[in-house]
Amino acid sequence: MNLATTATAPIVTPHAASASALRDKIAIRNLDFYYGESKALKGITLPLYANEATAFIGPSGCGKSTLLRVLNRMYDLYPGQRAEGQVLFDGANILEPGLDLNLLRARVGMVFQKPTPFPMTIYENIAFGIRLYEKLPKSEIDGRVEQALQRGALWNEVKDKLNANGLSLSGGQQQRLCIARTVAVRPEVILFDEPCSALDPISTAKIEELIDELKTDYTIVIVTHNMQQAARVSDHTAFMYLGELIEFGETDRIFTSPSDRRTQDYITGRFG
Amino acid sequence: MDAKLYAARRRRNVLAAVASYGATSIGLAWLALILGVLFWQGFSGLSLRVFTEMTPPPGAVGGLLNAIVGSLIMTALALVIGAPIGVLAGTYMAEYGRHGRLTSLVRFINDILLSAPSIVVGLFIYELMVRPMGHFSGIAGAVVLGVLVIPVMVRTTEDMLTLVPDTLREAAASIGLPRSLMIRQVAYRAARAGIITGLLLAFARISGETAPLLFTALNNQFFTTNLNAPMPSLPAVIFQFALSPYKDWQDLAWTGALIITLAVLAMSITARALTRTRKTS
Repeated sequence: MNLATTATAPIVTPHAASASALRDKIAIRNLDFYYGESKALKGITLPLYANEATAFIGPSGCGKSTLLRVLNRMYDLYPGQRAEGQVLFDGANILEPGLDLNLLRARVGMVFQKPTPFPMTIYENIAFGIRLYEKLPKSEIDGRVEQALQRGALWNEVKDKLNANGLSLSGGQQQRLCIARTVAVRPEVILFDEPCSALDPISTAKIEELIDELKTDYTIVIVTHNMQQAARVSDHTAFMYLGELIEFGETDRIFTSPSDRRTQDYITGRFG
Repeated sequence: MDAKLYAARRRRNVLAAVASYGATSIGLAWLALILGVLFWQGFSGLSLRVFTEMTPPPGAVGGLLNAIVGSLIMTALALVIGAPIGVLAGTYMAEYGRHGRLTSLVRFINDILLSAPSIVVGLFIYELMVRPMGHFSGIAGAVVLGVLVIPVMVRTTEDMLTLVPDTLREAAASIGLPRSLMIRQVAYRAARAGIITGLLLAFARISGETAPLLFTALNNQFFTTNLNAPMPSLPAVIFQFALSPYKDWQDLAWTGALIITLAVLAMSITARALTRTRKTS
């Protein structure tokens, strides 16, 4: 990977003192984000710990999805959007100009709000991403496809119809197909952008379970509107409001004894 | 409730409904009349001979083979020339230059080209190819039809690619897919049925063109596959035969018109079927 390397300084955030044993997979520092003229993120500084799930919560428009989309530079697809500051991924600043975005995105996968299977077979949906970066014989690709579908908890449901169109699956299955597709590329970080907001409760439970399992191998970041979901799946939680990071800490603490008044109001449902 | 007000509203509703149904049936009636006359006049002449014999001199029996083959050759070549240019330009506009100023300019010019009278395009190719070459030719006919294909393909390709949701593009980007691959493997797949429909519509558009062919391919009483010589086509033969004073020529013109209409009808139905499968898949 030819990500530019920058020296990493130890990062200290006010609420993360108790988590000193954790390793930063990503360290966001003084991040500002602009949609044209309007500033959507203001001086965000935040660590994302390796092999943990970090949840971003906050009312609509607080910038949590924007922050997520900085982590794989998805915003680069659109003109007029820009980020300033530093996002250190294993110590290398991914905001540097000239960075290979495709390589970055192969390392930082993303699952979207709505399921987005490609218009091809279930098998091809998975194999497609694998073939992008690895030249493997067919038998090995078959193995990787099965592995990825196992990982996405979808294998048992689709193993007899791998040649069916990905779009023929149900919404929950499609979302797990997308997770399997993301996992198949072997990223290091997986970003979830409200992955369950279009799904029924049973599918939601399956996906949450899956996220919990994925933590052992990947660093997870999840944006969610569902407070219970954040409490269930995440180890650390960041509460954002109006483009600012209000509070960051262990999920248990954030939900039981938040130190900021606004966090408490949001969690208890007084606004947002 | 004001009963009078309600009654008046009901009356207006009935009036509006009657007017719309009336307008629709008048529109459809003309179409039915045209098709009816076409079948009445053309169907009796439809026989195997039409597809196996050349256009006859007045008073003799014959078919339309040379015209049908000429039309097929020029139409196919026109699609080969125009479709790639149109698809690539539409791809640029929808994918690479979506937010660019060049795109709005190209779209504006393309819309003009889309509605430009085909006789003007015919004249243009006449000046560009027929005059320097010194004679009419099939290749000039194919080129003029190709120019007419381009704007149709540009328009449908851009429209169909714009309909592909951005979330799909983001999903492709999120596994590290380079843009060129995303377009070829994901966007084209999602828009395939629409782009094929555009191709069929372009075919339908050019298969009836007469004026530009009179400036370029002209006509030919004999069978030819020589692109460097004047080439017959169904529309040109229909034009010539329908205006002639000979009864058998006029009958052949009707049959030719019926053949073109059926071909275009078949294309439209295929296009419809394709868009329908796209929605359900």
